[in-house]
Amino acid sequence: MSVTLDLPHVTPRTTTTGPRPLSLACKLCGAPHPAAASATCEECLGPLEPVYDPHRSLPDAATIAARPPSLWRYREWLPFEDPPAVSLDSGFTPLLDSPALARRLGVARVWIKNDAVSHPSLSFKDRVVASALNAAIGLGCDTVGCASTGNLANAVAAQAARAGLPAWIFIPHDLEAGKVVGTAVYSPKLVRVRGTYDDVNRLCSQAADRFGWGLVNINLRGYYGEGSKTMAFEIAEQLGWRLPSAVVVPMAGGSLLTKLDKGFGEFIEAGLVAGEAPRLYGAQAAGCSPIVNLVERGGDVVEPVIPATVARSLAIGNPADGRFAAEAIRRTGGWAAAVSDEDLIGGIRLLAEATGVFAETAGGTTVAAALALAADGRFRPDDEVVLCITGHGLKTVEALQGALPDVPLIAPRIRELEALHGRDL
Amino acid sequence: MAVTFSLPTVLARLADGLTTIEGTGATLGEVVAEIAGRFPRLAPRLRDATGGPYPFVTYYLNDEDIRFRDGFATPVGEGDEITVVAAIAGG
Repeated sequence: MSVTLDLPHVTPRTTTTGPRPLSLACKLCGAPHPAAASATCEECLGPLEPVYDPHRSLPDAATIAARPPSLWRYREWLPFEDPPAVSLDSGFTPLLDSPALARRLGVARVWIKNDAVSHPSLSFKDRVVASALNAAIGLGCDTVGCASTGNLANAVAAQAARAGLPAWIFIPHDLEAGKVVGTAVYSPKLVRVRGTYDDVNRLCSQAADRFGWGLVNINLRGYYGEGSKTMAFEIAEQLGWRLPSAVVVPMAGGSLLTKLDKGFGEFIEAGLVAGEAPRLYGAQAAGCSPIVNLVERGGDVVEPVIPATVARSLAIGNPADGRFAAEAIRRTGGWAAAVSDEDLIGGIRLLAEATGVFAETAGGTTVAAALALAADGRFRPDDEVVLCITGHGLKTVEALQGALPDVPLIAPRIRELEALHGRDL
Repeated sequence: MAVTFSLPTVLARLADGLTTIEGTGATLGEVVAEIAGRFPRLAPRLRDATGGPYPFVTYYLNDEDIRFRDGFATPVGEGDEITVVAAIAGG
């Protein structure tokens, strides 16, 4: 006998009006630009960023704390004139104390900022997509999309589905199965492209021009990046309205590190926290470390590389914000480290065993880089270090194949369990 | 050598609205110089004061980033496609 489930027909809510995005200005030359789905300065081709009214009314700590636990509790620092229309539930992920990792690093405290449990797609990209989709709707884009190494694809697909927006999503051909499935399940127009992420990016920048789509990390980039600042705001609030002394951040394009720097600075400027901004430390895989190379070499010109690492979410050989990330690292007194694939797998396992958090390869890179930086004497004994864990390990299980012990198989008999008992599994 | 030179919209506005231009030259730098000569408003956006590409602009010769070749000194062949792309955020 067969049973047919009578599922209710669900029609996605289609939002047609959104908040007015702020106007833009060039990060390099300062030239003003109107609010638009455009990320490139017409004067110098530098990146555009939203312009905030320096005289706007800002909330105090008690007002923020009384708001719902999402990234929108910091809305005065996000690039809109009006309240958000979609993606209202992302942000406010846990900050976990880890005495075991503090002992390993030889510092006073270690905190795990756990965006591996971000809603809805288990990575920090939910933050940037929440901001970008509101910009897309506010600017009248009828289709959204992205070029992605996986996490962004998941976030755009999930949030666009909920908002009822068509999405075109482009990924390299060889992404991990978890990231492909975790995108395809939302039924976007998903396209695999033969080549690296940098090849996908090139195609998408032409597609944004050709089709007028709102591609979140391309022509909506100025609005998109601002969402990352909320990770800094949450760290400060969750520590009791104070700052850590050091933060270790995985770097792909370099944007997250620069936005954490901006976020900490904005909270200091607003008087919500006191003291110095944290030293920022960047983490990359040795098989794709153009920003680490720039920090070590000096100067301000990134030399691109061809990625070769299991850390696919960090495999950006031509990092758009690499120059700014290196500058922020140097200015705050931090440093950067590149780690081998073997070490980053070890980082995943150490984090899991020490904290109960299962991170993807980027998180393993962050933990392994923190160990390398500690061994290099980059931390002080009284440091409070935050490790930014940006995505969930179930997305990249391929990286752990062969790295974990075999799981014993027994019959459901007590004798067989007794034979195992006491053995080192 | 005759090549095809593709511009993003932000630059096409400075080239009479053309997103694709036919150019000539033996190297990528010569093609850029030839096109810069025909479109004076576009010229300062293609090259910085030293004559090199801006850090936020990537030139591709066919499918390859020219920084993996010889930059503006990279030779071009008949029918090659040059694409100019502004920098892009992470993914």
